[in-house]
Amino acid sequence: MTNLLEIRDLHKRYGTVEVLKGVDCSMRQGEVISIIGSSGSGKTTMLRCINMLEEFQGGTIAIDGQEIGYETAGGVRRRKPEREIARQRALTGMAFQQFNLFPHMSAAANVMLGLLKVKKMGRDEARTLAEKWLDRVGLLSRKDHFPGQLSGGQQQRVAIARAIAMNPKLMLFDEVTSALDPELVNEVLQVIKALAEDGMSMLIVTHEMRFAYEVSSRVIFMNQGRIGEEGNPREMFLKPQTERLADFLKTSTFN
Amino acid sequence: MDFGFLDQIWVARLPLLKGLGVSVSISLLSIAVGTVLGVFVGLALTYGYRPVQWLVRGYTDFIRGTPVLVLVLASYYVLSTVGIDLGPFQAGVLALAVFCSSHVGELVRGALQSIPKGQTEAAKAIGLTFPQTFAYVLGPQALRQALPAWVNTAAEMVKASTLLSIIGVGELLLRTQEVISRTFMSLEFYFFAGFLYFAINYGIERFGRYVERKTAVPS
Repeated sequence: MTNLLEIRDLHKRYGTVEVLKGVDCSMRQGEVISIIGSSGSGKTTMLRCINMLEEFQGGTIAIDGQEIGYETAGGVRRRKPEREIARQRALTGMAFQQFNLFPHMSAAANVMLGLLKVKKMGRDEARTLAEKWLDRVGLLSRKDHFPGQLSGGQQQRVAIARAIAMNPKLMLFDEVTSALDPELVNEVLQVIKALAEDGMSMLIVTHEMRFAYEVSSRVIFMNQGRIGEEGNPREMFLKPQTERLADFLKTSTFN
Repeated sequence: MDFGFLDQIWVARLPLLKGLGVSVSISLLSIAVGTVLGVFVGLALTYGYRPVQWLVRGYTDFIRGTPVLVLVLASYYVLSTVGIDLGPFQAGVLALAVFCSSHVGELVRGALQSIPKGQTEAAKAIGLTFPQTFAYVLGPQALRQALPAWVNTAAEMVKASTLLSIIGVGELLLRTQEVISRTFMSLEFYFFAGFLYFAINYGIERFGRYVERKTAVPS
């Protein structure tokens, strides 16, 4: 069986600065992988390569055996047509640190936009589905509210509903609690946990170590553009094999 | 001499009304054409390939750095020397529309660039293509952002329409001057014309406020 996600020798440069120096990673259906590491280690960049928010110069990323973003024909690697890339982006869903809800649309309209325009659903079907997911994140009663009328935690839950309603094969979470007030972090983590229990495949870039420990089936520690260490959370957190990881864990807080 | 000012207005009602109609037509046409052109200018400035950006940047800088009157005169007198023969009305509207487009282009560019990058990324992440992203995410936000400044530009165009009197377009100012040369009531009629221009611009401003209210996002 092909893996859900297969990353091989991923290289990414900004100008002359290489931020990903050959990352390999494979992921099966239903896995929940947390990516940890200090800032600048490349964890967010790796996540953003998976849905082509970042270009990458070397290596391949495949979802369900489908190569993302680039095709190689006759030894020449070129970017796939934009329409194809847009279609491939819908294979994954992403939640962002800054929520990025569309401020001029209600919560329900935010969730419905992709359903209407990408999935080409009818209005009624899209509305029903949007309401189902808003209910799942506990915000059905706020469906007609605009982002400016919602708290940060509520906005992030709407953003997660917007991504997940598209029925992605893989959810990408990019430091989704980093911009939240401490008392709002938990409600968002609860939503992600519930999704994990439903068997959603997820890649989670996070600074919440306790959460990573509890929710993940595997943890990846990124260090200077490479995978420094990976394994199950218990072994990683309790018996780090590398000094880098041990140092990183020492400076992290578990709360 | 028992012809009071009100009587004179009544006598001159037809040319004045015609002049008002011409002024409104010039304004609306140049605003409409200028806005449509300006949106493309703004798109090119924001998303165009480098050479396109340079070209369009040159266009807007040149146009915005030139007095409108010079544009009007050039459009009427210079274009005919290269074989494009436009009537005064057409030439005038062309000049104003070009002027308007460079201003609207800057407004659109500013509005689009003020939208956080995260909006485009979120739209991409759910699989929207760029045209869709523009239509549903960026455009509506830019519109709200640019509206107040656009109303300003529209009012400027109404005022600039008076410059067409120089090339003999029978708009409100020229008609007013003709009436004055007959009646010698310069103070009254200039004041009257000023009032009419104010009324047009007040109407535009109210319309802008109305659209702003209609499209306001609750927060």
